[in-house]
Amino acid sequence: MNYSENHYDTKDLRSDEDLLETFTPASEVEGPKDVGEFKEEELERLKQTGIDLTNPDRTGTFVQANSSVLKCDCESQGVELLPITEAFKKYNGLKDYWWKLISAEKDSFTREADQELDNGYFIRALPGEKVIYPLQTCLYMRNENVAQRVHNIVIAEEGSELHIITGCSTHPHLKSGLHIGISEFYVKKGAKLTFTMVHNWGENVYVRPRTGIRVEEDGVFLSNYISLKGVKSVQTFPTATLAGPNAMARFNSVIVAHEGSDIDTGAKVILEAPGSRSEIISRTISFGGRVVARGHLIGLAANIKAHLECQGLILAEHGVIHAIPELEAHVSDVDMSHEAAVGRIAQEEIEYLMARGLDEEEATSTIVRGFLDVKINGLPPELNKELQEVVEECHKGM
Amino acid sequence: MPVSAGFRQITDEVRRFMLQIEDLWVEVQGKEILKGINLRIGPGETHCLFGKNGSGKTTLLVTLMGFSGYKVKHGRILFKGEDITHLPINERAKLGLGLSFQRPPTLRGVKLKNLLALYSKESDAGSELALAYNFENFLERQVNLGFSGGEIKKSELLQLLAQSPDLSLLDEPESGVDIENLDVICQMIRKLLQKEVRKNRQKSGLIITHTGLILNYVNADRGHVMLNGQIYCQGNPRDIFERIKDYGYEECAKCRLFEQGFKI
Repeated sequence: MNYSENHYDTKDLRSDEDLLETFTPASEVEGPKDVGEFKEEELERLKQTGIDLTNPDRTGTFVQANSSVLKCDCESQGVELLPITEAFKKYNGLKDYWWKLISAEKDSFTREADQELDNGYFIRALPGEKVIYPLQTCLYMRNENVAQRVHNIVIAEEGSELHIITGCSTHPHLKSGLHIGISEFYVKKGAKLTFTMVHNWGENVYVRPRTGIRVEEDGVFLSNYISLKGVKSVQTFPTATLAGPNAMARFNSVIVAHEGSDIDTGAKVILEAPGSRSEIISRTISFGGRVVARGHLIGLAANIKAHLECQGLILAEHGVIHAIPELEAHVSDVDMSHEAAVGRIAQEEIEYLMARGLDEEEATSTIVRGFLDVKINGLPPELNKELQEVVEECHKGM
Repeated sequence: MPVSAGFRQITDEVRRFMLQIEDLWVEVQGKEILKGINLRIGPGETHCLFGKNGSGKTTLLVTLMGFSGYKVKHGRILFKGEDITHLPINERAKLGLGLSFQRPPTLRGVKLKNLLALYSKESDAGSELALAYNFENFLERQVNLGFSGGEIKKSELLQLLAQSPDLSLLDEPESGVDIENLDVICQMIRKLLQKEVRKNRQKSGLIITHTGLILNYVNADRGHVMLNGQIYCQGNPRDIFERIKDYGYEECAKCRLFEQGFKI
């Protein structure tokens, strides 16, 4: 088989310029005025991405549909939540944070977001504030063939603790669109930030997040990325810099590529300071689509510890999983490792369950459920439970 | 004698046994491992299988369960009178056959609790069982991930108790188990094999044992010695085990002091 013709090559995907021309800017489309306009099926859709507008256990809620911010409420005095356009004015252009971790000139999408911004969120946890309940942010594309361009900035000030659940989705009947999301995360000394992102797009949606993270001394950044539903193309490669001693970053992702999906994902961590630690763990399943699971760990300082793990299951013909783990050490005193395994479910595991009475299909789905069961260290138990509920919810109709 | 009467006689004969193995020849990866095994186990009986490593004991158990890669070249397996020689694994399990694995695979992300719930008809049965055998800390654990030898045995037996098979095939249930846990393991086996029932016991067992230790805890009715893919003799398990201890497996197979393995 000539794989380059069939699967590997992305030439069937459209060029950046073509994409930008095809879709109508969100600002030119009339959006809803209020979340009250959302229909039951839309609210259900948001729930599948962890966004529950009726849940009292939320510190705050941000909802942006197309280009309009419909909701931006925060109950805690310890957290500041604003549409990015307002924060930009209030903080005089956010000089220290605006395009500091990603270059606006990086590619066509960053340039587009720089020039034609729709909106986005600004979240700042004040120094020493530990916010127990998560903040939820929702970026929602409600109309067909729209390009949504957002820029988000999240700052966890010294000693603060903050959990964010972000749900990115499209209207249940929407097929096509383009989402460009610039996100810059600043985790300051001793702060802890958990960022859980659930994607639930339409089958012909293109997604281009561009993400930068900076973690200072003793800071912790935990990222969880879950994408279980159909999507046309995702291309994401967040880059974290561990700039202070003992900083930590962990990336967990659980990704399912359905037939027709092309998901290029991963993370890069630059361990710049001594004693910093990092982990990139991905679990991917292909039901016929293609996943590229990248990971790049760069050790620049002594005494760092970093681990990379890619596990992939191919559950349908023509599925492609391409694991690209990279370790790059520039000093000798480092502990860096990786582990990657790609293939189908071991027959032995299926037969083990069949010997207890499950049929082959039940056995397979039990193993797949387990494979996708995200157990994330460092999350508060409530959030972990909720995350599992989201995964369970996503399983429906998978 | 009318044909029907003769037929009934045969089926009654067959039904007297929970398990009946007739001249079973099995190949694994092109290599002949089992060479004409004959074995019968009645309802309520517990049999022990002795034999050194590589004699084919595990192959026999796994073949009975129907695992892929174990090719039956000749002979047949009857379970409760039904020919299961070519039945899929899960259908054998549904008929009441169960196997505790010596080295089960690790199922990442699958919690023991979830499996117990799948196997037992009652929803709480799993946690009750775990509580009864001091294993409740493992309910949330991923199946077999980082389990010690003894913990694997406990987890296997717990799963079998949830499944409640009529014939339990136990592959070295006591190996790797410390003395403290041996007692619990054997309690579980006694429960599985309905040892508390004196009359009309229905549950049967076929246990592979290396150490014979289990004989001190679980009453067995018969013992068989396996060597080079064949069963050589059968009789009182304790007597056989004493012989093996004194003279070794080869001598034991030769001596034929005990009752000969029957041929059909």
